[in-house]
This record gives sequence, C-alpha cells and structure tokens, in this order.
Amino acid sequence: MLILKKFLRDIPAVLGFVIIALVIIIALASPLLVPDRSVAFDSNILARLQPPSAEHWFGTDNLGRDILARVILGTRGALMIALSVVGLAILIGVPLGLVAGYKGGLLGDLIMRLTDVFLAVPQLILAVALAQLLSRGITSAMLALALTYWPFFARTVYGETRRVRTALFVEALQGLGAGDWRIMLAHVLPNVASPVIVRATIGMGFTILTAAVLGFLGVGATPPDPDWGLAIAESREYLPEHWWFAAFPGLAILITVLGFNLFGDGLRDLVDPKLRRSR
Amino acid sequence: MEPVLSIRDLRISIPTDEGSAQILDHVSVKLEKGRIVGVVGESGCGKSTLIRAILGILPNQTQIESGVILFNGRDLLQLPKGVLNKEIRGRAIGFIPQDPYLALNPVFRVGTQLLEILRAHGMPGEAPPKKFDRRTEARYRAHLVGLLKAVQVPDPETTLERYPHQFSGGQRQRVLIAAALACRPEVILADEPTTALDVTTQLQILKLLKDLVGEFDVSMLFITHDFGVVAQLCDEVSVMYAGQTVESGPTRAILDDTRHPYTQALIGCHPDRAVDIAGIPGQVPSPLAPPPGCRFHPRCDHAMAKCISERPALQALGANRQRVACTLYDGAVD
Amino acid sequence: MFLYLLRRVLLIIPALFGLLVLTFVMLRVVPTDPAAALAGENSTVEQIEAIRKSYGFDQPMYVQFWVYLKQVLTGDFGTSLYTNRPVADDVFLFLPATIELTFVALVFASVSGVLIGTLAAVWHNSLFDHTVRIVTVAGLAVASFWFAILLQMLFAMQLDWLPLRGRLSTGMPAPPGISGFYLIDSLVTGNFRIFGDALWHILMPAFTLSLGGLATIARFTRSAVLDTMQKEFVTYETAAGYPRWRVVAIYVLRNSLVTPVTQIGLLFGALISSAVAVEAIYDWPGIGSYMVQAIFTSDYKSILAVTLIVGVIYAIVNLVVDLVHALIDPRVSEQM
Repeated sequence: MLILKKFLRDIPAVLGFVIIALVIIIALASPLLVPDRSVAFDSNILARLQPPSAEHWFGTDNLGRDILARVILGTRGALMIALSVVGLAILIGVPLGLVAGYKGGLLGDLIMRLTDVFLAVPQLILAVALAQLLSRGITSAMLALALTYWPFFARTVYGETRRVRTALFVEALQGLGAGDWRIMLAHVLPNVASPVIVRATIGMGFTILTAAVLGFLGVGATPPDPDWGLAIAESREYLPEHWWFAAFPGLAILITVLGFNLFGDGLRDLVDPKLRRSR
Repeated sequence: MEPVLSIRDLRISIPTDEGSAQILDHVSVKLEKGRIVGVVGESGCGKSTLIRAILGILPNQTQIESGVILFNGRDLLQLPKGVLNKEIRGRAIGFIPQDPYLALNPVFRVGTQLLEILRAHGMPGEAPPKKFDRRTEARYRAHLVGLLKAVQVPDPETTLERYPHQFSGGQRQRVLIAAALACRPEVILADEPTTALDVTTQLQILKLLKDLVGEFDVSMLFITHDFGVVAQLCDEVSVMYAGQTVESGPTRAILDDTRHPYTQALIGCHPDRAVDIAGIPGQVPSPLAPPPGCRFHPRCDHAMAKCISERPALQALGANRQRVACTLYDGAVD
Repeated sequence: MFLYLLRRVLLIIPALFGLLVLTFVMLRVVPTDPAAALAGENSTVEQIEAIRKSYGFDQPMYVQFWVYLKQVLTGDFGTSLYTNRPVADDVFLFLPATIELTFVALVFASVSGVLIGTLAAVWHNSLFDHTVRIVTVAGLAVASFWFAILLQMLFAMQLDWLPLRGRLSTGMPAPPGISGFYLIDSLVTGNFRIFGDALWHILMPAFTLSLGGLATIARFTRSAVLDTMQKEFVTYETAAGYPRWRVVAIYVLRNSLVTPVTQIGLLFGALISSAVAVEAIYDWPGIGSYMVQAIFTSDYKSILAVTLIVGVIYAIVNLVVDLVHALIDPRVSEQM
C-alpha cells in the first residue's frame, strides 16, 4: 500500500502507466475500433493522400488507406513484437545470468565473455546483420532483436545474483542441504526479479524504437503490414506536402515509447532508490 | 568585554513530511576571545545545526524563526550568502568537520584543496590574489607547509602532493585543522572532530588543538557529546538538550558544582564516572513533537508542574558566569 | 596506472576474437547455402563453386575458420556485389564520412549534455530543471529517423534554411583528401567556401544524431551532480569558503563525471547504430548508407565486414573510455 502511494506521487511514472494502459487497450480493442478492416488495407485510389478531415481523422496514405485505422492496427503489431522480443531475451538472458552469477568460476566467466561478444557490436548493426542473414521478414527481425538484447538481461541478473550469492541466507540454505537449482529458482530469482522487470519495461520501449527502424529499413515488417516504421518509410516521397502521412505514425511511436520509458523510470525509482537515475 | 561570537536565543525549525521539526529552541552561547567553549549534548540535540547556522550552510527549507548570531558586531544571519562566503567562511571563521574520511574531496590532491582556500581568501592579512601565478602558488605552498608542520603532519611537502585516501583518519584530521587555520581566522568551529577517530588519536588531536589555540591566538567553539573531552579541553562549556541550552559556565565550576539535572545525569553517565550502566531513563524527544516547557521534564526526577507549563529561561547564578535554565533555581541567586 | 592500462589493453583481445567467431558463425547460420548467399542472386554455378573453394565451405570447420582468420587479418573482405570493388576499399572510402558525422554529434551531445545536466542539478526543482527532465525523457523516445524527416521538412523543404541532403552541394568540389574529414581538410587547406558548405551540410544530420545522446548524457550528468552535491565534502568546501562556481565547475564536476563519461563512451556505439538510419535519410555517404545499400542488394559480405569493423572500433572506443575513467578518478587504477 505504501508503495502504491509512493508510486502515485511520481507524476511522470503515473503518466507513463496511463499511456501504456491506453496503448494496450487500443491494441486489444482494435477489432472494435476498426470494425471494417478494408479501410486500412484496401486501395482506394480516389481517396489517396487526403489531409486530415472529419472522415479521415489522420488523413489517408498513398493508397487511399485510412491512416488512423492503420495506426491503430499497427499498435497491436508493435506491442506483439516488443513482448516477443523482450520475452525471448529474458528466456535466454535470465537463466544464463543466474547460472553465471551463482556458479561463478569458469562457466560464469565463459558466459560473461559471451555477453561481451554480443555487446561488442552496437545493437542496431548487429540486429540488422542478423535479420538480413536469417531471411527477410518480421520473425527474423524479432529473433535478431532478441539475440541482441539478451546480454543486457544476463548482465543485470549476473550482477544481482552475485550480490545475493554472498548473502548469508544462501549459505544457510546450502548448509541445510538445499540443491543448487532449488536455491537459484526459489530463492535467488525472486530477489533479482525487480531489476529484471525494470529493464524489461524500458526494453519494451527500446524494442519498439528499434523495430521501427528495422521496419523503416525494410528488414522488419513488410508491406502491407500497418507497421509504424514501415509507414514512415512509405511516406517519404510524399513529403512535405502530405505531412500527415509521416507525422501520425511517428507520433504513435513517440507516445508509446515515452509511456514505457516513464513507467520504467518510475518502477526503478520504486524498486531501488540507490539505482535512481532521476529525482 | 564583548564576546567574539555571540549566539542569542536562536530558534530554528525545518519543515518535514511529518510536520515542522523544532530543531533549536532558544539556544544561547557566548564565545570570548582566546577561549575554548565546548557545546556538549547527545546526538540529535542540534549541535551540528548550530554550526551550520553560524556558517550559513543550512538546508534551503530551514526556517530561522528568531535569534541573532553576532560576530564582531554583525548578525551573521542577516548577511547575504555572497558576503558570508567571501569574508566569513574560511577566512574569519574556520571550520573543522566531523568526519575526516568524508570531508576531503577524494579525486583531488590534498595540496590543491588547501590551496583553494588561499586562492579564495588570500594569505592572512592579504587580499585574495588577482592572478594566481607560479610565484603566488609557491608562496602559498610554503605557508601551507608551515601549517602542516604546526599540526605535526610528517613530510609536509609530499603530503600536499598526495590524495586523501592515502592517509589515515588522524592524519586527515590534522590536514583539516591546518586548513581551518590557513587564513588565521579569529574563530574556529570544531564539529566533533575526534568522534570518528580511535581513542589514542583522539587524545593527540585534542592536545594539538589546545596548543594551536594558544599558538595561533584563536577562539574555538568545540562541539562534542563527550563530557570527558570537555573536561580536558574546554575553558567553558554550554550544555544542550533537545535543542535547548540548559546550563553554561566555566568548565571547572560546572564539574564541581553541577546544577541542571540533565548535566548531572550526563556527567554521571560518563564511563569514567559511571557507577552502573543505567544511563538516563527515557528517550530524547523527537523535534517533531517536543515536550512543552522544559524539554527534559519527562525524564527529570525533580520535575514540577511549572516545568511543563513554562520553559525556564537561562539565568545567571552568580558572579562566575554560571547560568542555568531550570525551574529548580528560579529566583535562587547565591 | 601503467599496469592497469596494460591489463585493459590485453582484455580487448579475447573480446575481438570472440567477435571474429561471432561473425564467422553468423554467416554459417544463413538458411541457404552460404556460398550462394555470398555469390549473390545472379551468380552462375561456376561462381558459386569458386566462392565455395576460396572460402573453403567444403572443408572442416576449423580449416574454414583458419581461412576466415587469414582473410580478415589481411584485410580481404571479398568483393562487394554492388560496387564491384573490394569491400575493404569500400569501407575505408565511406568510413571517414561516418566518423566525421559521429564525432561532431558526439562532441555536441557531450558538451551540451553535461552543461544542461549540471545546470539542471544546480538549479534543482526550478522551471529549467523540470523542463530539462521532460525534454530529456521525450528525446529518448523519439525515433531518430522520424525526427530527421521532420527536421528536413521544416528546415530544408519549408524554410529552405539548410540543405536537404549530402555532405556538399552539387558542384562543390571535395577538399583535398588529407584526412577524409571535409571540415578539417578544407580548413587546413584554406578552402573556406568548402568549409562553410560542409559545415552547413553537417548541421542537421549531426543534430539529429546527437538528440538521443544529448538526452542520456544530460540525465546522467544531472543525477550524478545531484548525488555529488549531497556529499560531505561539498558541505565542507562551502564551509571553507570556496567560491560557489568553482565548487560546482571544478570540485563537484570531477566527482560527477565518471558516469557521464562512461555514457559518452557507450554513446559512440549507439551513434554508429543510429547513423545507419540517419545517413539513409540525409543521403550521407558513410558506412551507414553503405550498409543500407548492402541490405537492399543482399550483399552479405559487406554486411559482415561492416559489422566486424564497427565492432573493432567500438571495442577501441570502450578501451579509451576506461582509460579516461582511470584518469579522472585515481582510485580506480589502484583498486585494480
């Protein structure tokens, strides 16, 4: 309860939470919000490149598709991508980090060297290279993104595990004869959960941004997906007269990522004041 | 003779999440030229706040409700921060901090930090330097070496080149004492300078301070929680409890003829004098909810109705400048 | 100090080696026949076979790796499918443009970031502070390619204040190629017209690129300075009468710079990443554009080569960051 009160005092964090909630609702409710998918997918040459109006709140794109509808439908895609990527990165990174931190020794070193290698190349470049190599398409892009992001989770969990490892209660448990895996899963994991959650939230925002870049470059989503990054790419040749084509998908990215970042920051302030990056 | 530093009736509070905390309530202390006055009290009685008030380094939200701090006739509380920084801090009033492990900047050499004081204020008797060139720096360094010798730091020249973490606590404290004396101030405020040190080092530092006071002709206000230190070092003492001044006077007089019940208890608790490990029953009140009247009354064996209704004023008890704030001595002037 | 430097330099080697292994593995992860992938879409059977031989795909793994190692160490990254030049040549042709852009963006982001962050911390809870907090958070949420497009729309297309794309205007000759950095080369040879043109062209791309970094550095600086201001020695320095501005600019800053400097180092890597998209938008002829081109033509050799080279640069930059770290805080080298 006290934590909730504390959270509510952090206005930016609450704002972030509200934004995320709205985005999730829009994603889930997209069938309701866009009952007739044809406005988002069917070409309507007569209505192409219309400015925002009462009929088309966000205007239409080069194929006459309603941009508002496409933005709404794109929300679902963005969230799905982000969730999958972060989820996969957690699935890979957390166990590796746990083992590395708990067992230490050669195995731990090896795993950490592995994270070093993956972190040796800037994320986007690595993601682009991987996505390209794995054959074009959204699944490859997601896999590539997850492969570039897992080291962050591994590192975080490694650090936390090492910290907890030296705590007395772990020795006590070992003294009682508890098995390594049991200790790791039942006792160490809950303690490292908080930083993981914080990083996951911020990771969501980051993934949406990077996925947008991949979509923009043509290595992620492919037409006719209503992907936000892809839409911006498609809009380029029609600027600056038809500004709405690029403006609204971009705003969608901005607001969504902002929401995740604000909320993630707030979570971090709550979870460990020592980690506080902002006051 | 006018005291060099005179704190009169100081009342300070700080707003907190849980209400207003009355940190200091009618604190009065007088420091005369060439004397060492000890301000003694338990942790949390407001001693550090007192020092910060003198130097003007209280947190922003602090409310100074009433009182004056007179230094050579000027009320320090009224001075703008700029003036305080240029004329008072480090120059007219020197400061020895409590924790030598934290007070020095870890990433700068000791010499650089000491030089900064001279750069800001100039050598004693001189104006701050307009240009800080090699010659000035050399002169200043020579001055600093002299100071470091006075505080008995071995190998002063090398000391200036080293980093704080390369010294022990006692040595760092000596450096800080040298820093306080750099501009030959009139007054030195010492905030429990020996608390963070081990007992042997403590004794050395105390002896050093006593010698330096005579040698440099300064007056010193010495904050401590240890009456034993007061007995060794201070000419006069002012006893504080929960933000109030309860007794003051020459150290000898207070020790021989203790008046205030709290002072008696405090002296009685000292390991050298204590008969048993009883301590004083009860707890120090929180400044958020201080007891009315005399703040000691809940723990006092001699408490009367008047103690609760009225805060006893600090009254003189005789020609020897002993003063007590206690209902027991109302109107009783020997 | 020297020992620390040595250790740090030696630590790079395993990381770089691991990077080589990674890029080696990446190529063989390709679902299709690696030789065909490297040969390109319109290759003949003979070409594919030739590639298979030269890369040794028919040999056991360790032989392949040896071949790969030899190639990398001699700078042979194969021939680009698109430009038909050796990839190594291509990369060194395009690299200076990216480094120039990244460097300008880095300097701008670092200097403004530290300045803004410090001021926000010193004026804690003021209007400036609150504005900075909001803007920095938003700055990190902005997609840089989108922001680039917006800037282009406003400053180039609508207002016509800044050039739309490229490093120089059409018709403007490049300065004599001493360093490959137009700004330096033109200044050094006295070609002020070219300098002005190059400067004008670098403004928008550099600003776009610097945005995320500026926000991060400002945030980290602000929080680091706030933390430092709470420390005892700051109270002491104030009590000893140090002038306020010196306390902040010298004594507080040196203690606060550790985290921001680390961020600046990491920023370099992030900037190279972002450069890919930004270069594409502004038609900036750097390796970002080169990479984008390689993506469109499925030129795997180029992609891997760029990945490897960027990785090496990144590792070197991290090393430099650690060294600067040790310089700022003398305790670091002693702990090691």
